[in-house]
Amino acid sequence: MNGTKYWTWHMAAGVVILFLLGLHMLIMHLGATTHWFAPYNGESVSVQNSLFRDGTLFFTVTYVLLLGVALYHGLYGLRTMLFELTLKPAIEKTITVVLVVVGLGLFGLGTWAAVAAHGIALAGARG
Amino acid sequence: MPETSKALQPINFHITRYNPETDSAPCVKTYIIPVREGMTVLDGLHYIKDNLDSTLAWRYSCRMGICGSCGMLLNGRPGLACNTQILHIADANLTVAPLPNFEIIRDLVPDLWTMFDKHLSVKPYIFRADEAEINDPAGEFYQSPEQLESYLQFTYCIKCGCCMAACPTLATDVRYLGPMPLTAAQRYNADTRDEGRRERNALTGASTGALRCHYAGECSRACPKGVDPARALQLLKRRLVLDYLHLARRATPCKKLLGPGQGKLLPDIAAAPKRTVEPGEKPQAGVVR
Repeated sequence: MNGTKYWTWHMAAGVVILFLLGLHMLIMHLGATTHWFAPYNGESVSVQNSLFRDGTLFFTVTYVLLLGVALYHGLYGLRTMLFELTLKPAIEKTITVVLVVVGLGLFGLGTWAAVAAHGIALAGARG
Repeated sequence: MPETSKALQPINFHITRYNPETDSAPCVKTYIIPVREGMTVLDGLHYIKDNLDSTLAWRYSCRMGICGSCGMLLNGRPGLACNTQILHIADANLTVAPLPNFEIIRDLVPDLWTMFDKHLSVKPYIFRADEAEINDPAGEFYQSPEQLESYLQFTYCIKCGCCMAACPTLATDVRYLGPMPLTAAQRYNADTRDEGRRERNALTGASTGALRCHYAGECSRACPKGVDPARALQLLKRRLVLDYLHLARRATPCKKLLGPGQGKLLPDIAAAPKRTVEPGEKPQAGVVR
């Protein structure tokens, strides 16, 4: 049933990505008119607006969550495609290990970046 | 009968020939067949065998789309030779090849054992916890028409292998169970008399099971009996996920009827004929009542 377990989480990650994608579209394309999550003048991706979001715990958690589900969804999909090449079991195991290591590495790096940006934004706000 | 139905039309049969004992690779041989309206591909193959080339090999039995023996690739699509009329799919040329995704035994004869092995592995039979009832049945099981409807179409499968030949996933991964065995698994999972779903989940929910399906839907298009394996696979996936998340409704197997009159009677059913043997009475040998 491991196949079912991984596949179920793959599907669930897809649904979460859809929700986070909606949030991304909202910020990037409606920020200039609605000023949701972008209170300063200028574009949503301006330094001031980015620092505003980075300093919010909600966004820091959201960034880490998005990173996790996107990495899992993408790497599991890649693994599925590679497995359809009818590889030897040893090669499949190696692919799984490599993808897990790469995924955890990228997740660690991204989490560190989000947390560091959160700290920088808070330090900047304190002056 | 219209005049055109009697006219003979020459059709080029481009047939894949292969004898593993003598040939290094399959090759295509062309035969010109006089075709009359209503002639099936199977009739055409018989014409070749009788008049042009007696060495041509293919598999067939019932000639009426029931046995599933004569599945082959007709103009690039899997189908039964016995229920496909030549003039319905060909104007001047018809290609006939063995079903892909199988080894070739000879000419148009595929080796279906890989399919049957996978079929057997999913336990395609009623599986109950009360083994005594299976070995020595003591009554009938009540099943409503709605419950029957939930799996009825999947029972029409004749194991011809057309869906397996059409499956693009199976073409790239031979370990994938394929549409036919997985449809059989769903057929028994959905049967209210069965208790073997969790046993089957171990195989159908593995990485080579139902979750490998990309939902191309070619299996359903190819099926000559109108079975919808793609639907069966989606139902199977849904049940696997619900089982994993422990959200599936706990299904108890249907009740056993211990005697007549215990089930729901359908309206307008004629009365049963009189018993020929009373309960407990042993029929006398050679006596016909």
